[in-house]
Amino acid sequence: MRWESWSEFWYMGGYGLYVWGSMGMTALLLLLEIWQARVAHLNTLALARSELFMEQE
Amino acid sequence: MNAFFTLVARDLRLAYRRKAEVLSALFFFVVVAALFPLAIGPEAAMLRQIGPGVLWVGALLASILSLPRLFENDWRDGSLEHLMLSPHPLGLLVLGKICAHWLVSGLPLVALAPVLGLQFDLPPDVLGMLSLSLLLGTPVLSCIGAMGAALTLGVRGGGVLIALLVLPLFVPVLVFGAGAVQAMQSGLGAQAHVSILLAMLLPAVFFSPWACSAALRIALE
Amino acid sequence: MTMRWFYYAAPQTFYGLAGRLWPWLAALALALTLAGLWVGFGLAPSDAQQGEGYRIIFVHVPVSWMSMIIYLAMAFWSVLGLTFNTRLSGMMTRALAPTGAMFAFLSLWTGALWGKPMWGTWWVWDARLTSELILFFLYLGYMALVSAIDDVRRADRAGALIAIVGAINVPIIYFSVKWWNTLHQGASVSLTRSPSMAQLMLWGMLLMALAMWAYTLAMVCYRVRTLIIERERHTDWVQALPEVAGAKA
Repeated sequence: MRWESWSEFWYMGGYGLYVWGSMGMTALLLLLEIWQARVAHLNTLALARSELFMEQE
Repeated sequence: MNAFFTLVARDLRLAYRRKAEVLSALFFFVVVAALFPLAIGPEAAMLRQIGPGVLWVGALLASILSLPRLFENDWRDGSLEHLMLSPHPLGLLVLGKICAHWLVSGLPLVALAPVLGLQFDLPPDVLGMLSLSLLLGTPVLSCIGAMGAALTLGVRGGGVLIALLVLPLFVPVLVFGAGAVQAMQSGLGAQAHVSILLAMLLPAVFFSPWACSAALRIALE
Repeated sequence: MTMRWFYYAAPQTFYGLAGRLWPWLAALALALTLAGLWVGFGLAPSDAQQGEGYRIIFVHVPVSWMSMIIYLAMAFWSVLGLTFNTRLSGMMTRALAPTGAMFAFLSLWTGALWGKPMWGTWWVWDARLTSELILFFLYLGYMALVSAIDDVRRADRAGALIAIVGAINVPIIYFSVKWWNTLHQGASVSLTRSPSMAQLMLWGMLLMALAMWAYTLAMVCYRVRTLIIERERHTDWVQALPEVAGAKA
């Protein structure tokens, strides 16, 4: 491992804000996108299900 | 070919009857050109520097304002469908509409710009290049914009949506158009810019009618 | 061979294929991400000029590449869709767009965060960043257009046309912005001049790029399935699906 300690890792040679700002935003948006896709999928399934049951009545 | 001229004449006549729409886009251009010095300050050296850019952006925005009008009215009263069903090639007819639109919305900008350029203390040769660059650039704007207008026919949020679709595509014209004027200003000579503007104009005029016809068929089928 | 392709062009069959693929692609993306981060942050040395700050390229370059690749993919599907009039093409394009727009935004964000410590400003009118900004606008334009048109098929086709026109324009835009940039800044700094790449740096970047690719493929497969169900929900085959009919899959 290159880093002597965790605090050195977070500090990232003084560039911590920029590096972790980039990595953090990337991670955040990816996770948001995944979550949003899942929610949309579940909503669509619910929509299809409700229409199916309405037809069956 | 007769159909082409008939259509141009018809559109010009219709635009004449609805002068207010046409004139308001032109006044928009005038107002925007006046707003920048008010916002930035009257210092002549600065105005001379920003003048070409401001006037080009103003012309661009004024062009976009007039785009919804291109197909909208004909679509509403059904004449657009008639045009599409006619035996004449749709591309030719669309080109006619774009021509008429440019004559009424683009050409006045070319004439107005040097007058507004005086507000920015631009010398005559720069004003000349401003007119030339707009003369070459505004038809391209009409061609590209027409496609945006065709795609968004009857769609909610029309005008702003056209702007969002079409402004990124306008960037090359803007860069070389305003760049030509700045090159003239700095004495470097604008031949390269003018050539590139011409190089953009010819394909635009050739391909835009085809793209617009496709867009109109998508919108109306 | 062509028969095979058109077989999968039917939403019903593609639904099944995408359903089988996306979990594997997601797992691949995760594995590649971990590997890439390990190489990039655990093994790669610091740069002579940029210190530890250069490590942003491990996300900046992959997201930039993907934002461009995705737009090309959208144009590809659009050409296919307008030529063959397949419904799936429109869905694929729509499924790609949000991910592409997100990557374009991330390219701008990470580019700004890279530029600030290196060149002192949050935004640099560098040719690539500026072109990326315009690409972001092209994505937004596509998404605004397809969501504004109510008729789904018309929206698909209109979106396809604007995607194709946009794709044709991208090189022109890039060329004009590059020209504009060199004229105004002279022989200036380039934000994308990466440090001379040590082997490990290159590996880290490639692993992350592949990870983003796998992620995109997984996301598109997943999203297309949602679109398929939404559009085909009145068909028998959708109504017979275990996810829909109620039996837990």
